Amino acid sequence: MVHNLIITGVGGQGTVLASHVVAAAAVESGFLVAVGETFGASQRGGSVTSHVRISRYRRYGPLIPRHRATIIVGFEPLETLRALLNYGNPLTRVIMNLHPNYPLGVLSGADTYPETQALMEAVRRISAGVLAFNATEIAHHMGSPVAANMVMTGALAGSELLPMAVPAYEKVIGELFSGPARQLNLKAFRAGVLVARGDLPAVWGNQVVKDGGK
Amino acid sequence: MSASGVRLDDPGRSVLLTGNEAVARGALEAGIAYASSYPGSPSAEVLEVLAALAEERGFYAEWSVNEKVALEGAAAASLAGLRSICIMKADGLNVALDTLTALSASGTKGGLVVVVADDPGAHSSVKEEDSRYLGKVAHLVILEPADPQEARDMTVAAFGLAEQLRAPVMLRCVTRVCHASGNVVLGTLPPKPAGRPHIGCQERYITHVAYHRIQEERLAQAREIGEGWPFNAYQGPPEPEILVITAGPGYLYAREAVEVLGLEGRVGILKLGMSWPLPEKFLLRHLKSASKVLFVEEVEPFHEENVGYLVACHLEEVFPLALYGKKSGHVAGPKGPGLGEIDVDTVIRALAALAGIPYEAQPGDYGREARELVKKIPRRELGFCAGCPHRASFWALKTAIALDGREVVVLGDIGCYTLGAGRSGHYLMQTVHAMGSGVGMASGLGKLERLGFSQPVVALVGDSTFYHAAVPALINARYNQSRFLLVVLDNGTTAMTGHQPHPGSGVTALGKRVPALSMEEVAGAFGIPVTVHDPYDVKGAVEALYRLLRQDGVRVLVLRRAYALLTARQEKKPRVYVDPKRCLGDACGCHRFCSRVFGCPANTWDAALGRAKIDETVCTGCGVCATLCPQGAIVVEEVTRNGA
Repeated sequence: MVHNLIITGVGGQGTVLASHVVAAAAVESGFLVAVGETFGASQRGGSVTSHVRISRYRRYGPLIPRHRATIIVGFEPLETLRALLNYGNPLTRVIMNLHPNYPLGVLSGADTYPETQALMEAVRRISAGVLAFNATEIAHHMGSPVAANMVMTGALAGSELLPMAVPAYEKVIGELFSGPARQLNLKAFRAGVLVARGDLPAVWGNQVVKDGGK
Repeated sequence: MSASGVRLDDPGRSVLLTGNEAVARGALEAGIAYASSYPGSPSAEVLEVLAALAEERGFYAEWSVNEKVALEGAAAASLAGLRSICIMKADGLNVALDTLTALSASGTKGGLVVVVADDPGAHSSVKEEDSRYLGKVAHLVILEPADPQEARDMTVAAFGLAEQLRAPVMLRCVTRVCHASGNVVLGTLPPKPAGRPHIGCQERYITHVAYHRIQEERLAQAREIGEGWPFNAYQGPPEPEILVITAGPGYLYAREAVEVLGLEGRVGILKLGMSWPLPEKFLLRHLKSASKVLFVEEVEPFHEENVGYLVACHLEEVFPLALYGKKSGHVAGPKGPGLGEIDVDTVIRALAALAGIPYEAQPGDYGREARELVKKIPRRELGFCAGCPHRASFWALKTAIALDGREVVVLGDIGCYTLGAGRSGHYLMQTVHAMGSGVGMASGLGKLERLGFSQPVVALVGDSTFYHAAVPALINARYNQSRFLLVVLDNGTTAMTGHQPHPGSGVTALGKRVPALSMEEVAGAFGIPVTVHDPYDVKGAVEALYRLLRQDGVRVLVLRRAYALLTARQEKKPRVYVDPKRCLGDACGCHRFCSRVFGCPANTWDAALGRAKIDETVCTGCGVCATLCPQGAIVVEEVTRNGA
């Protein structure tokens, strides 16, 4: 049994850091881990995708084969659908941030960005279920929109789709950061956990869509 | 990600490391005394980690001016009897190759390991060179790790091998090793480097054709070592129908492909940890027992050709045997055989075809329902980061060229600004080759006047490239009295690879403050006039460019502004926003200049309001767009110390 997790987003969104937190939590919990990612496009607006593979006994390569992702965590709606079409299957579970990040072609008017609702519905139709919410907005409430990656990581941890317990992630985050950054990231992570558990306070004005899919 | 896992003195513990960190860890465990590199993706993090640990582990580390000098420094440490490591990307090996082929002939003393990182698929490169061919040219032993654990293990082993053979050993990594992470079981950290560096008065390290024989003998010795080497291994049935010969991450892909297809009883996997020289006896033993061979490797058919030759030499022993791989078209990624990265699916397709079994990852109509809802998924182009000074520089250059009115030739270079060949740089850049080669080309074009060439020539380089490779071309241009404008896009750091320092930064890899080598003083010493301007002052930069385009001889313009994201992190940034009353939207006639033409990712469009908008989560507060907006609708609000 191997958990095939894809974390996808846009350069600068912190997907690489999120995949590191998940992978380190898995190693700390005694699992074998392989992470594949491409740094080249980081911070330059391109799609950035990390493959995280977690297994108990056998080492795997750093790339998930097509259509064999078990979980997709999308930091951006368009990238979530793109990853799902390439790596998903009807049993794939999806956690997605509804905050869009527009490609250069869209900013320039050459392309049109699809409706967020349509993207979410498309994801829902071809997966085993989606947890969708605006993680960027939640992170903004927590102190900085940049911490959206930790909100998403928290949602993944809280969803219990992976075999690591929430404190294992918190330990890694606590060791990675210091000072105010540690507080911010832990707060954002815990907000994500609450979202996944359905305990998000309504005052944040965030619409959370949780759908079992078909 | 950090040096913390690499530094742990906890033998036997399994920690999460990237391949680059694992190489650094292996070097620490081997007791290196000297590490050098020029930053290149995907290997830049090896020296970053080593430099962070150099002080506490008592060794020396440096960012060198280029790969050739880096290798010469590491070689010197080796000749003095110390263990040394030199790290570069594939393109860097081209720069260092002259020295490397000579070192292989002269021989070395302390273990010298040359780490070369190839980038199949060119994720962050301009080409996907297979450096194994150059390792072979240099008569070197080439090791290929499959994952971070092996990257650590093989690095440790490489030092011993280099000392046994008294020659450099090449560790060839690919992006999917360098930037992959995985469990690495730590070994023992030795005490700080022991032994006093010394070169005896009787020692000689001379390159001479007579030593070619020694190189060949050394390869024969390495071949014998390879026969029993644990990194060359076979797993599978004793008489497999299909023998997969593989190296690097291809090994893990092949193993998974066999598992996915359930071919464990029919397929055996022979993994080459030493890709050159080949362990011929070991290979022949397994070639004799198979009827089909499939080669799984990146990028070029290196094993396919070399093992193919071995098969040809032993045809009677191995017959009947059919070879499959890139040449037969069986191992082909989406771009075709021998092009781009391979992955598990590449191997699944090849094995399924050879084994005659069907495979479909998902029924062909998977995703149909999603595609009906979302007809088109826009692609993501790469562009300059928000606030990047290069965006302002390219806009200034475009404007100056338009004002000049002549057909200006723009020669490019390798770095972030290579994106200037695309939309971000208004497609201005007309050539992209190697570090500094635009300057050499400009020097050549500048001499074509007598043949009727009259176009003005602009060469673009970055600040790190200026020191790496532009200086000799500039000397050449001055000496031969060429004519062109060299524009240095100076953001004060090697931004492309993660902002490492360079000779102009005033700080070394070890964090030591040193006098910055000023590029205006360097060019000035050659008698070349230098102008320095801030690209954020776009109007002034356009004027400087326009004026310099019309001058004769070799001249240099430095467009200097510190890397945007670095400064944004350090300072409280000004708030930039669009005044919706002043922005005229599509009625303006600017054709949405800020979001569509200038193209900063922070300049977006509010479709509901029909007005321009700033994404404040992305904006670095540079304010350049505010100076370019024809309506003056973009407001820059300086943040006071007590402000939000």
